[in-house]
Amino acid sequence: MKKTFKLIDLDCANCARKMEDAIKKLDGVNDASVSFMTQKMTVDADDARFDAIMKDVVKCCKRVEPDCEIVLK
Amino acid sequence: MTRKQKRTLVRSLVSGALLVAAALIPVEGLWRLPLFLIPYFIIGWDVLRKAAVNIAHGQVFDENFLMCIATLGALVLGEYAEAVGVMLFYQVGELFQSCAVGKSRRSIAQLMDIRPDTANLLRDGEITEVDPEEVAPGDIIVIRPGEKVPLDGVVLEGASALDTAALTGESSPRDVATGDEILSGCVSLTGVLTVRVTKEFGQTTVAKILDLVENAASKKAKAENFITKFARWYTPSVVIAAAVLALIPSLITGDWVVWVHRALIFLVISCPCALVISIPLSFFGGIGGASAQGILVKGGNYLELLADTKTVVFDKTGTLTRGEFSLAELYPAPGISEAELLETAALAELYSSHPIAQSLRRAWGGEADPARISQVREIPGHGISVSVDGVSVLAGNETLLRQEGIEPTQPPMTGTAVYVAKNGAYLGCAVIADRPKPTAAEAIAALKARGIRTVMLTGDTEAVGQAVAAELGLDDVRAQLLPADKVTCLEALLAQTDGVLAYVGDGVNDAPVLSRADVGIAMGAMGSDAAIEAADIVLMDDDPAKLTNAMDISRKCLRIVRENIVFALGVKGLFLLLGALGLASMWGAVFADVGVAVLAILNASRMLLHKRT
Repeated sequence: MKKTFKLIDLDCANCARKMEDAIKKLDGVNDASVSFMTQKMTVDADDARFDAIMKDVVKCCKRVEPDCEIVLK
Repeated sequence: MTRKQKRTLVRSLVSGALLVAAALIPVEGLWRLPLFLIPYFIIGWDVLRKAAVNIAHGQVFDENFLMCIATLGALVLGEYAEAVGVMLFYQVGELFQSCAVGKSRRSIAQLMDIRPDTANLLRDGEITEVDPEEVAPGDIIVIRPGEKVPLDGVVLEGASALDTAALTGESSPRDVATGDEILSGCVSLTGVLTVRVTKEFGQTTVAKILDLVENAASKKAKAENFITKFARWYTPSVVIAAAVLALIPSLITGDWVVWVHRALIFLVISCPCALVISIPLSFFGGIGGASAQGILVKGGNYLELLADTKTVVFDKTGTLTRGEFSLAELYPAPGISEAELLETAALAELYSSHPIAQSLRRAWGGEADPARISQVREIPGHGISVSVDGVSVLAGNETLLRQEGIEPTQPPMTGTAVYVAKNGAYLGCAVIADRPKPTAAEAIAALKARGIRTVMLTGDTEAVGQAVAAELGLDDVRAQLLPADKVTCLEALLAQTDGVLAYVGDGVNDAPVLSRADVGIAMGAMGSDAAIEAADIVLMDDDPAKLTNAMDISRKCLRIVRENIVFALGVKGLFLLLGALGLASMWGAVFADVGVAVLAILNASRMLLHKRT
């Protein structure tokens, strides 16, 4: 399943790149892309565990870029 | 400016003033340190905090960390003013950078802003303003002049001119009236329309386009991936080089202050920000600029491929030609006027529903009195025999006339010829053909001027294919292809060319070809879901000249990307060298980092200025 999330306060392009790298390495994530331009993140992950994986993604982003917030809806 | 940006601005001003004050107060020795630490913390506390937090999270080599090491190092070396100044310069640069990026992002978003905000829902005679997402298919909405069409639908009542510029980039308005389909994203200009909604919002044209453009950023171009990989190696390598520079010469010469200072300069230059930020911005600008002209690009990678395209393969019908039959030319026999020939032909074909008959009647344009026509007899596969005003008329192919002992003259052009005879005498012939679009020849010429080979594929006969190719000036033509043959033919062409191959079709029956080509371009796709799905680049209207437009945008975009890569790497390399030799100051180093980033962003924002050619 592929889902797109809005990001708040993503204010450096290099951080976006690092977030993307880190998310891609998470277990269960097939692909991820963080766009600094659109301030959006697309995550492609296993259907069954999507919500659990998203929790990991949020944790991972907090670690890489503490100021940036993911809008989960 | 956002609140965060305003705060940074105020902090910069305060700390700048304090820095000047600290430099002017005549205090000697270590006492100067607290004086300079005040402005240093005012401007740098968030950088210090972030560096600390990131190290705690195991993220070492980020720009905050590098700035902290560099400025703290300068403080230790006793270069107080420099430490504060560099931090200040860095923050001001970052501020400028974030403003520039924010501005370009907003203007691109504006270019792509076709999302309707509200819909006027008509229920029980009352109009309520609702979110377009709440409207269901079958609901009735009212669109007033000046409003965006929020959802796809069919006009029940009213007439208006629609501005489709947001969708197609085409500025001349399109008229709609009762019974016509209208697409979301257009703007109604003149009249009030009552519309029955046919699709829910998620399925509308506008939602699909928005989705496509927003997801474009996730398909990254090769240049973007290169930068990402480069950045991964660049920062650690420069940091190691800095460590080596600080240690080895110092151990040999014993001059620690000089070499540590040079190493600190290295650290400031080591942030890959300019590249990492400006390359995606250029692609984003290219995609945004293109969409403002009705060209939808599904990703930066396709922009990159389009710029390198060496061969363009066209489908004929509907792409280069109009896709409908119309009267191309009249060849009257000697002594017969064109008007007489056309009128006779049109009258003879008055009752036929064949597309050729329709195009003859359309070309004639007159009002016929049915009483003039009698004894209509269709001769299947050959034509028609009728009596017009009591005189026998034949209209059809050569065989029909020869059977009656009349010898027709071959017209000098290819197409479907309708031969006409009246009262046993040859009147002439009318050639019906699928005419090229008015801009097709110009578009082909423009492509050739850019050094691109043009090939046409068609299911039509060899003769028709050759004639159209010659008229438009195409380099090559492959005719008599069944839809499946087109894929085989394209694969052969792909094997022949070393460069990128683009295929342009109307998406009606060539979806497999579109997806097989390096770049699939669908044309005239307004409202055609299949084409939007299958293609990599979508030209919203059916003007072949848009193709050169798209190509120019892609080339300009790639040129800016290359400029930025060369410029940023060049300046950084130069300052690394100068820094190692002791010729660059810390100020120069900050310029090499932040200044270059700002210049690269400004260069990337040129993409937004791209004018229609």
